[in-house]
Amino acid sequence: MEIPYSIEEREDTGLINSKLGIWIFLASEVMLFGGLFSAYIFLRLAAPPGDFEYWASKLSVPMATVNTMVLISSSVSMVMAWASLKLKDFSKFKMYMGITLLCSALFMVIKYFEYTSKFSHDIFPSSSTFMAIYFTLTGLHGIHILGGVVVMLYFYLPFSHQLWHDQPEHFTNRVEALGLYWHFVDLVWIFLFPVLYLL
Amino acid sequence: MSGDNSKEAIQEHIRVYMMVFGALAVLTVITVLASFLKVSTSEAIFLALIIASVKASLVAGYFMHLISEKSMIISILLLTVFFFFIMIFLPLISYTDSAGVHVPWVSIK
Repeated sequence: MEIPYSIEEREDTGLINSKLGIWIFLASEVMLFGGLFSAYIFLRLAAPPGDFEYWASKLSVPMATVNTMVLISSSVSMVMAWASLKLKDFSKFKMYMGITLLCSALFMVIKYFEYTSKFSHDIFPSSSTFMAIYFTLTGLHGIHILGGVVVMLYFYLPFSHQLWHDQPEHFTNRVEALGLYWHFVDLVWIFLFPVLYLL
Repeated sequence: MSGDNSKEAIQEHIRVYMMVFGALAVLTVITVLASFLKVSTSEAIFLALIIASVKASLVAGYFMHLISEKSMIISILLLTVFFFFIMIFLPLISYTDSAGVHVPWVSIK
């Protein structure tokens, strides 16, 4: 059975269903992370003077800067993967999707070293209010990265490629929805980086 | 993305993506350098959030194609932004109100 409005746009919305769906999902994600940013502001206002700055100084700015560059690169390679499909170049799509996967893996590896270096210095979420919100925000963001990697792997591995051969436009639209999600994950990190590491 | 999907248009998009990538990389370096400036906490927060907002606008505008997106999506996002700011500022309202503060009882004659 064919999924309706996966290629042609609906008359009432002017959009394909997957695009409208992913944007509504992203709107809910804005509220999810917004709630936690709101908690961060509240906790920072209520903390003793200098407390957040003291704990933030224990984080590694160079590692986070590299991670920011890695995530920005992954966003570019993701949009290039989608553009390659628009240009009907599937081999380039595979290449760019592979680069995006590598960047995601690198981000998680750097995050792993960041977390373990904190644990080795007896710094845990229970150590301070700052560390509690730091691990909550970056942990939730990390889970989003892992979720994106699962979907990316689905499109990268051969079992989804039949759709490209049968309905290339449908496949392209699915990759566009994945790309929108991935750029949102990048966007969240763009705010997390200065808020947690630099302020 | 809404609009022209011709090969030339996509190649023009790719050129823009590369320019945005460069801008994002430069802004990331500026964010880190700005954190070394000797300014007050409120000025540092203001500066960092301005740079982050510019970077976020570039990602949302060009990578997520919001710059040429349909009005339906724009209106959903405007509604989201409205409620987002309400949620962000709720703690400030709570922080500045007087609920829970002990006020000595004064007899009314």
